[in-house]
This record gives sequence, structure tokens and C-alpha cells, in this order.
Amino acid sequence: MSEPVLHVAPGGAWRRAPWDLRRGFSRWAVPAAGLRRGLQRAGTTIGILVAWQAASGLGLLPARAVPAPLAVLQAARDLLLSGALIHHLSVSLLRVAAGLALAIVTGTVLALAAGLSRLGEDLIDPPMQMARTLPFLALVPLFILWFGIGETPKVALVTLGATFPIYLNLFAGIRGADPKLVEVAATLGLSRGALIRHVILPAALPNFLTGLRYAIGIAWLSLVVGEQINAESGIGYLMMDARDFLRTDIIMVGLAVYAMLGLASDQLVRALERTALAWRPAARFGR
Amino acid sequence: MSTSVQGSMSTSVQGVAPGTQVRGLIRRFGPTAVLDGLNLDIPAGHFVALLGRSGSGKTTLLRTLAGLDTAEQGSVILPPRRAVVFQEPRLMPWKRVWENVALGLPESDARDRAEQALREVELAHRMDAWPLTLSGGEAQRAGLARALVREPDLLLLDEPFAALDALTRLRMQALVAELWVRHGMAALLVTHDVDEALLLADHAVVLQRGQIGLQLRIDLPRPRRHGSAGFAALRAELLRSLGLSEEEAA
Repeated sequence: MSEPVLHVAPGGAWRRAPWDLRRGFSRWAVPAAGLRRGLQRAGTTIGILVAWQAASGLGLLPARAVPAPLAVLQAARDLLLSGALIHHLSVSLLRVAAGLALAIVTGTVLALAAGLSRLGEDLIDPPMQMARTLPFLALVPLFILWFGIGETPKVALVTLGATFPIYLNLFAGIRGADPKLVEVAATLGLSRGALIRHVILPAALPNFLTGLRYAIGIAWLSLVVGEQINAESGIGYLMMDARDFLRTDIIMVGLAVYAMLGLASDQLVRALERTALAWRPAARFGR
Repeated sequence: MSTSVQGSMSTSVQGVAPGTQVRGLIRRFGPTAVLDGLNLDIPAGHFVALLGRSGSGKTTLLRTLAGLDTAEQGSVILPPRRAVVFQEPRLMPWKRVWENVALGLPESDARDRAEQALREVELAHRMDAWPLTLSGGEAQRAGLARALVREPDLLLLDEPFAALDALTRLRMQALVAELWVRHGMAALLVTHDVDEALLLADHAVVLQRGQIGLQLRIDLPRPRRHGSAGFAALRAELLRSLGLSEEEAA
């Protein structure tokens, strides 16, 4: 393996050259460089927030409709101190976690059954393909009639939405396993169980993780919809309640929380990919 | 012919493990018979090179012996343990090199056996590497170790050097020659390369119209080198039976 390209920084410390594309691979990059890069990437966001704050301060933005960033921050602080934010956030997290867990189990079981046997495919795939074209959020009224207004319809909505990407990607991954490697397994005398464990499932893992990423996105989306209808707790409820009192600052806090939750769960899957797919050069050289 | 007296283990003692015997093999793809009543013997411990133009059925025959293809007619008697080295290394990218070699072995001493096999192909220092970080030659050596570790009575080699650069190919050919002498298994090498056949094999057989057209005994002393005495005449004969004059092949 060749050494990374290095050059001497003015301070005398070794630093990576800017054209070295393997930054992500480096465990020993100088932290200062990483910090600078981080600031650089945050620059635009900070700029927008400063401009927004200035525009609000100058009265260019109506405070009622668009609260200033500092006002939103103030609202967030109040919600935190009163414990309301933590309460609603934990309720929402629990709903997503439960719905997602059910979706992962359901999607995985269905995909394994359909992917590993012809009969399973014939029984499972057609209804799944039909159901996935349904705009599942349109089922909300039905779910309320079926499951009432408690936790069940909300969790069920998350599960329903998140099952499809898991199923579709894992199924495609299982069917996409390289037939040449399957042949190798045959010449090595692997049993069917060993073939599935050592060849088919690892081959499908990247697809599964892609599916998981989509599923998480859809889970949050489903939750937003579920919580805005007939909920008594959760981030969505917090926002709906704020609307009734024209508290746009609290609505903004809710939006920011959703954004951060989405970001955090995406990072979680990326971390999972880095560990589970360590064998892929892309996972180590990319970011 | 002695048939299903399947020997327990292949050792370097020739004639203990049963040989490979193919009789009247027929395999059709659509209307054309790629293998058309083919007969072939690979005695235990013998190295046979299988030549033929592309599409002549070389790989089909190898795949039949490997159990990856089913012939329509004919009989095949095989020694109990076979192993295959493919043209591409075909390693599982999600398993470390040694895990690839050990795949399918009983777990207890799998790592030790894998390490031993990797040492034989001079790859022990990469045993914990991911396959996608190996060079072409290294990956192919890992594939060879995966075959060796199974102590095959019959080693099936499907153009294993075709995708390698010239220098790596020469080193791999020497390595295979050495391993074959040490282990004494029978081997069937599918190749386009006449020189490769002359370098490695006891017999070169040429596949023509779905049958063995030419059987050529290569009685040169080992270790052999490219272009050593006796090469030229055999080379010309093989090329002729492949339908080429020597000038065309140069």
C-alpha cells in the first residue's frame, strides 16, 4: 500500500494534501484540519441564521409568522426547562422505535420467505407489490376507525410505511446475490443453510441497509402525519397545539427537532454501514 | 475397470485414489452438442491439460466434473474429493482471506488449516485482509489455497491464470507445478495457452467437435521451463491440432 500524499504545513506539522481523496480513511489526520473543515461546512447555515436574525431585528420579517432564531431558541429553552420537550420527544421516539422494529421484523421475514423460495415469492411478492403502490398515508382515517386514537394507529402507520423499503431492498439483494459465488459455495460443498448464511445474506446486507435508511425516513414522515391527527402527546401534537395558540416559535422548535432526529438516525445507519460493510473499499474510502 | 472403489484419502502415492473416468458424455445447448460422446481418463496423480478453441466445450466439461453442470448422457466416475479454481478468484468479499479459505471446513481447526494452505501459496501474511484489497495475483493464490486446503484428489483449474499479467502468470504457473508435485493430486487444467499446457501437464488433450481429438503425452523432465528442449516439436503439434500454424500463433 502506498503512503498517503503528505506535505509540510507552515507550522511544521504533517498535514494531508488537499487533493488527497482518502481523508475519510484517516484516523491520524490532524484535528485542527478537521475542525476547519467543519466550520467551513457550517458556514452557510450560520450565515443564513445571522441574516435571518438581522432581518427579524430590523422588522423585515413579521414576528408572528416568522419568529427570529433567537426567539425559537428561547422557546426551545422554555420547553426544555418545563420538561415538555423531553416528554413529547420521548413519546415520539418510542413510537418510531416500536414501529420501526416491527417493520424490520416484518419486512425481513417476508423478504427472506419470498427471496429464498419460489413458492414464497409467488405467495408474498404480488400482494406486496400491489400494496406498496398504495399511498399508505391515505389509510389514516381507516386506521383511526380500526385502532381508535391511542398508540396503536400511530405505531401501525410507521410500521406499514417502513416495511416496504425493507422488504423491497432485501428481496432484491437476496435475488441479486452473485451466481458465481453461489457456484463456489456449491463446489465447496456448503449446505443450503450454510449457503444462505455465508453467501446470500452477506451479499444482501448492503441492500438491507439501504432499505433501512429509506425506512427510517418514512418512519419519521409517518409519525408526523400520525401525530398531527388525534394525538395527545408527541412532537407532532406539540406543534398542532402550538398552532391553536399561534405559537409559531414552538412550531419552529418542532421542525428543528424533526430535522435533528432525521439527521441523527441517518448518521446511525451510516455508522452501522461502516461497521457491517467494513469489507467494502467504498465504505472505508468514502464518507 | 474398477469403478466405485472410492479411496479414502489422496496421498502422494500414485494409484491409491481412484482416477477420473468419463464415458460417452453428451451435453447439448439447444441443437448443438457441445460434448458429443466424450471419453476421457485422468489417472490418479496425473496432470491433464485440456485445450480447444473457444466454444469447444472445455469449460462445460470442467463444470460437469465440478458438479456445476449436468450432462444429458454418459457416465462420470470421480474421486471423492474435488476442488475448483476458477478464472476469477471468486472470493466472498465479506469474508477475510483466511475465512474464504476455511469456508466449508469443520470449524475446530479451520483457521490453522487455512493458515497452512495460505503459507503454501505464500499468502499467510495477508490472511486477515479483505479480499478486495488483494492484487489479482494474490486473490488467485487465495483461490488456490481454498482449493488446496480441501486436499483434493482431483484439482480442476478453469483458466486460472488467464486474467493475470504476464509476470504474475509465470510465477503462478511455477507455484502450481510445485504444489502439484508436492501433493500429487490429479489435475485438469483448462487453458488456451499451449505453452502453459507444455509447462505443467503430463498429457495435453485437445477438444474437437465434442470429443477428444488429440491426446499428446508430454514426456519432458521437470521442473520445466518455457522453450526448453523438446518444447518446439510438441508445441507445433498442439497448434496444428488447434488449427493454427506456428507463425499465426506467435
